[in-house]
Amino acid sequence: MNDDRRRFLKQAATVAGVSLGAAYASLAPKTWPLSLRDEDGERGKPRLKSLRLPEGGYAVAASNVLPLLGVARGQNIDAMVKAAVDAIGGISRFIRTGDVVLVKPNVAFERAAPLGATSSPEVVMALVRLCRAAGAREVRVADNPIESAESCFQRSGVRKAAIDSGAELYLPSPGDFHTLETPGATHIGKWPFFWRPFIGVNKVIGVAPVKDHNLCRASMTTKNWYGLLGGRRNQFHQDIHGIISDLALMLKPTFVVLDGTRVLFRSGPTGGSLADVKMGSTLVASTDPLAADAFGWDELLERKGEPLPAYFGKIQERGIGNPAWRSVNVKEMQVG
Amino acid sequence: MNPNFSLPSFPAGLKPNLEPNKDGTPWYARKLRITSIRVVSQVFFFGLFVFLLWVTWMSRLGGYPASLFLEMDPLVSFATALSTHTVYRHLWMGLFILIPTLILGRVFCNWICPYGTLHQFMGWLFNIRNNKSRLDSNRYRALFQTKHVILVIFLVMAAFGSLQIGLLDPICLLVRTFAVAILPAADAGIVEVSTRLGLQKFGLDALVFKPAVHDSRVFGGAWLVGALIMGLVGANLVIPRFFCRVLCPLGAFLGWLSRFSLWRIDRDLTKCTDCNLCLKGCEGAADPQAALRKSECFVCFNCIDDCPEDALAFKLTPPTPAQFLVGKIKDGTATLFGRKVISKIPETVITNPDLPRRRWVFAGFAGLLAFPFVRYSKAVNKRGFDKKAIRPPGSVAEPEFLERCIKCDQCINVCPTNVLQPATFKQAGIEGLWTPVMDFAVGFCQLNCTACSEVCPTGAIQKITVEQKLGLAAYAEKGPIRLGTAFFNQGRCLPWAMETPCVVCEEVCPVTPKAIGTYDETITRWDGVSVTLNRPYMRPELCIGCGICERECPVVDDAAVYVTAIGETRSNDRTLLLKGPKNV
Repeated sequence: MNDDRRRFLKQAATVAGVSLGAAYASLAPKTWPLSLRDEDGERGKPRLKSLRLPEGGYAVAASNVLPLLGVARGQNIDAMVKAAVDAIGGISRFIRTGDVVLVKPNVAFERAAPLGATSSPEVVMALVRLCRAAGAREVRVADNPIESAESCFQRSGVRKAAIDSGAELYLPSPGDFHTLETPGATHIGKWPFFWRPFIGVNKVIGVAPVKDHNLCRASMTTKNWYGLLGGRRNQFHQDIHGIISDLALMLKPTFVVLDGTRVLFRSGPTGGSLADVKMGSTLVASTDPLAADAFGWDELLERKGEPLPAYFGKIQERGIGNPAWRSVNVKEMQVG
Repeated sequence: MNPNFSLPSFPAGLKPNLEPNKDGTPWYARKLRITSIRVVSQVFFFGLFVFLLWVTWMSRLGGYPASLFLEMDPLVSFATALSTHTVYRHLWMGLFILIPTLILGRVFCNWICPYGTLHQFMGWLFNIRNNKSRLDSNRYRALFQTKHVILVIFLVMAAFGSLQIGLLDPICLLVRTFAVAILPAADAGIVEVSTRLGLQKFGLDALVFKPAVHDSRVFGGAWLVGALIMGLVGANLVIPRFFCRVLCPLGAFLGWLSRFSLWRIDRDLTKCTDCNLCLKGCEGAADPQAALRKSECFVCFNCIDDCPEDALAFKLTPPTPAQFLVGKIKDGTATLFGRKVISKIPETVITNPDLPRRRWVFAGFAGLLAFPFVRYSKAVNKRGFDKKAIRPPGSVAEPEFLERCIKCDQCINVCPTNVLQPATFKQAGIEGLWTPVMDFAVGFCQLNCTACSEVCPTGAIQKITVEQKLGLAAYAEKGPIRLGTAFFNQGRCLPWAMETPCVVCEEVCPVTPKAIGTYDETITRWDGVSVTLNRPYMRPELCIGCGICERECPVVDDAAVYVTAIGETRSNDRTLLLKGPKNV
């Protein structure tokens, strides 16, 4: 008898407990602890965590005396990289002991270096070494290519260059992207961004080849930031000039290197034939990517006189750069 | 020695028993048994199998025999020899398994086969049977004939040119299951854990099977492949080693070979008390307690381990005792070489597979019928082939492809862009189920990549060089390998139909000069704004069908530029243009 009563009480308590628990979780106001109530569906929506790059980007203090463009011509790439950077103040102006530096090459396509569709491995290597010699604690090399990342880095030689010069290679994987907020951007105000290589970074250097582009006509240092984005990049072509000016707004680098050792002068941005490439034998270092790109348009793509692609004007309107490179302080030199 | 000295006492139950065995052998003979060595072998080969899947990737391939297990699968060599009358590239390595089987029996099944190991392990892990139930679950059943029927059907079909062994061959099945279902899940798990816990810097990412892909890999019909392995592993709970005993065509094939094997398990009638304890761990359900079914025995040695009378041993061509019996077993007067026979069962071996002759005939007829049924389905014929049955570069023409492809999906496993997908019924019918086809909504065929041709064990995708693929150097006259041809759907194309600039397709077109050109026009849009549109068109003689245009087209659900199989160079039936090289 006693057992029956005890069993009844236990069962009844279980029934009551489960019912009350379920009722509490589903009906209690959402501010109460452990409440799951979601009356209008808002609570159940995914919350996007968005990030921002530092205010003012990764630039160092501007200078009124130093040249804005350092142009080195020659064959010895190590010497050219050093000379070009020296012209705009030397690596010690940009990289301090303990810095974590991201070098962003353009490795968008699976092409061998001589085909001119990617940044030269030699330039990447020289740049990484320069940064390390200046005391950088860590140098990273990262890009999110169009084609399979491993193949692109492998074929272009940038993988080997990065590893041999002691840089850390960052290839994209699904967990590496977060929404980046770029206030003021027309299209990419919030867009998936290749975030992992940026964790802890305080200097960013772009190194971009000089390429013809079927749609925006020229792909150089500003367009290079395309490779930091993820998501539906194939929509960008609907307003490619607007996008490139957003890219300039999004990332303000420490400095850029325009890799004009080779010039992909037609059939860009993919190329694929040596006939599309000519030797430019020129490297440009600049704290103003737009000025560097304008130099590339005139002198390397040799399209001086043709109107600049529309994105130059759009970026200039935003006050980010100066495409009139002839009017700025340029230091040109022949090296080796 | 101090007589008062004693070892520190162990807690009850943990005290190691270091007493010698009753027969005088030392204590470690209880631990160091042949079955323990077998487990080490199984772990090694399973590990090797997973390791080779791990190296099947662009940055890791260098020199590893990535398709080793497939190439040393003797059923693959034999069935492709039947269908193609040749033994491709490394398939001679089937001898590595064939010869040991002829000498020792089906050792492959319980010492090497990673799929067998998986089933045995799962059966062990989830075993809830008591001893009596285990004995009963390991008795031979007529159902186990099924694998022989399956094998006959597959071999007859292979002889006619339709290779279907890969549907159930354990190595093909397991490679496919890993490639399509398990590895993407494993990678997602590893990436999730390492990102959440910040373990990337400790090298956890090195465990990722497919590193540096910016989206998780997806495979059409992964659910089916996944459901199959869950079902087949789950079946071990009902019948231990269900797949191995009932379905495995490789097991059946090795069973046929093992009838000749020199060694086998032998039962000593003068020791055997018919206690049936040998059945407790019998993996093959080979009746070691009675007449050993040689073609069913996996040579796992559990029976020798479990026999309390030491009546079982692995022997070189043991004689059959019936001829030497003196007296009658029934009366209990029988002796064998002067020793008293204890067992009531005088037979010790059944050599041939247990399939009655009429059933062999049935199986043969079934294969004979199955061939035309699958072959004259529309999907795989030159009339009415599916436009999306686009094969990887280097593939032989469709009829030859179906003679060679074992659906192992190693090509799919190595493909860096995820474009290779296991075909569904729609693209390839049942005959081509799980064979590789390209889905350009997922990926594209990377220009300088020939990885799939490197790993294909059977030459369905012939080993090609980049020069061969792109029609360079010595192949300039032949031209590039074309997978198909791209077409524009102007009704969905942004510049053609929506007054919106685009031409991603032209940008990414990898050939030079580009196979996509544009008509450049400046129009006044509906709202009065002037826009310049580059309206794309195809130059078919330049297109190689790589599909990157379709992959990158922003109209992602039904791309405005899309590739179909027409124009592929592997067969004359499917060429498009009058000009250009033909296969003669």
